[in-house]
Amino acid sequence: MLETLLQGLSSSSIYAVLALGFVVIYKGTKVVNLAHGSVMLLGVYVISLLAPRLGFWPGAVIGILVGAAGAVVIQFMTNAVRSKDHLVMTIMTIGINVMIAAELTHEIGDATVFTGDPWGNRSLSIGGSSFPVSRLMALIVGSVLIGVIFAIFRFTQFGVKLRASAVDAETSSLLGISQRSVSIWSWVIGGGLATVGGIFLAAFPANGLDSGSATLAMSAIPAIIIGGMDSAGGAVLGGLIVGCGEAVARRLIPELAPVLGDSFASVVPFILMLAVLLVRPSGLFGSKVVQRV
Amino acid sequence: MLQITGLTVKYGVGVHALQDASVDVPEGAVAAVIGGNGAGKSSLMRAISGTLGFHAGRVVEGSITYDGRNLAGLSPQKILRLGIAHVPEGRRILGEMTVLENLRAGGAIVRSTRKRVNALQEIMDRFPILAERRNQRAGLLSGGEQQILAIGRGLMSSPKVMLLDEPTLGLSPQMVERVADTIREVNASGVTVVVVEQNAAMALGVATDGHVIERGRVVLSDSAAALRDSPDVRRLFLGGDVDEGLGLDAAPASLATLTRWSA
Ligand SMILES: Nc1ncnc2c1ncn2[C@@H]1O[C@H](COP(=O)(O)OP(=O)(O)OP(=O)(O)O)[C@@H](O)[C@H]1O
Ligand SMILES: [Mg+2]
Repeated sequence: MLETLLQGLSSSSIYAVLALGFVVIYKGTKVVNLAHGSVMLLGVYVISLLAPRLGFWPGAVIGILVGAAGAVVIQFMTNAVRSKDHLVMTIMTIGINVMIAAELTHEIGDATVFTGDPWGNRSLSIGGSSFPVSRLMALIVGSVLIGVIFAIFRFTQFGVKLRASAVDAETSSLLGISQRSVSIWSWVIGGGLATVGGIFLAAFPANGLDSGSATLAMSAIPAIIIGGMDSAGGAVLGGLIVGCGEAVARRLIPELAPVLGDSFASVVPFILMLAVLLVRPSGLFGSKVVQRV
Repeated sequence: MLQITGLTVKYGVGVHALQDASVDVPEGAVAAVIGGNGAGKSSLMRAISGTLGFHAGRVVEGSITYDGRNLAGLSPQKILRLGIAHVPEGRRILGEMTVLENLRAGGAIVRSTRKRVNALQEIMDRFPILAERRNQRAGLLSGGEQQILAIGRGLMSSPKVMLLDEPTLGLSPQMVERVADTIREVNASGVTVVVVEQNAAMALGVATDGHVIERGRVVLSDSAAALRDSPDVRRLFLGGDVDEGLGLDAAPASLATLTRWSA
């Protein structure tokens, strides 16, 4: 039971980090970044290139910065279109995703990319059950990052500007808040978070990422839909629901309903998402505006 | 200080919200702009602050200069940096955010943290109600308190000119008085004020100059005292009988418009 809980919490923190990336970008620009997965893979790929020479930590820092920069480039691309329709921009990110993914596939080929993280496949024994160190790190780093993001939202001048421009663009501009800088910084944060999520998705017990792994980031979609597109608290709650729901399902399905098969647990987040959508179309914490998307 | 010359504003393809409007606001003045619904008052404010774009509107003719500088084409942020703050109609406070966060948002263009904190402290001192409720959600304040917050937020950037769009709309008589006092205080602290109002009594009470807008045209400009004493203005805006128009606008529809303003 403890093992299931820990597993649930640690994958929740990965989902939450990825989901927060979506939410920050959405709050800053009303665009759902459907190229999030490619950004994640780009960051991880850069780490895999640099880590063998520079070591994991310097490589990770650069990879995260590259992920952030990549996201900003996408932001500029979506902004370059004449249309200021956020739906159009969102759809553009699908195209951009395909472009980046194709390029990465070309680079990576059939190989698997590893970040060379220092946790390897070591496990700790907690309460009698063994638990991967990498997962423990995901839990710790994820929780700290969530705290940092919340602190940024609440206490920094950027946070105030982001939240103000998310709810009222005209008033924000009257107050001198530059939508441009809010947009850029929200994509910087979103891209960085995507890469951090990717580092842990690549770590043990998973076996690195391959060129198709970009779609893994999409597994955070149920979390943001459940939590509400524009709510950071919702992203964390959504991450928890999805991560724990999945862990519990993984544990119980083989015993209770073996007919469903092993992979059914990964469908559970989507089932939870549909259930929430039926009751609350804008998610648990989302504001109504989200429905315009 | 602020000079609006021959301004024509259009929304979309058709509607002319302002036509050939000229208003001169001298430094240190409180200029009242009075007129009824749809007269073009808010359009004038938006044109000055550069926010017509948010309403699919644009300046098609005329110019707005501030300290001799043409404001045409400047972003709202640039205009605010030059020292013109616009407190919009309906207050537009950020209801889900706290009072303090609203004020901090008002200091967005202030780069130095120390200056921002000082401005914040000054505003808290000046408006104790905001200090008292600093950590409450701004949406929980009463209408009058929200107006005070909107004004305080506008002051966070230490503007030289403040544009106030209908600050007393929907407020109780005591709150109207309170807002009037606030406008006097703000002006006394060296800020030039342009106040747009349907409540002509209040506006002409605090103003040094007055401008009457009717259906997109500035039909009368004079000192506030002269406007207060003008029999036409008294009859039309300050509660007298309305049996004829000002005679300044030949269109017959103007009478109907004017009747609705008398408060
Ligand atoms: N966003 C808009 N789109 C189209 N027309 C508009 C828009 N905003 C205002 N108008 C039109 O422009 C004219 C002037 O409107 P404006 O809002 O400036 O008047 P106002 O004097 O501020 O009125 P009120 O006292 O009701 O606030 C009106 O005819 C109005 O219908
Ligand atoms: Mg108006």
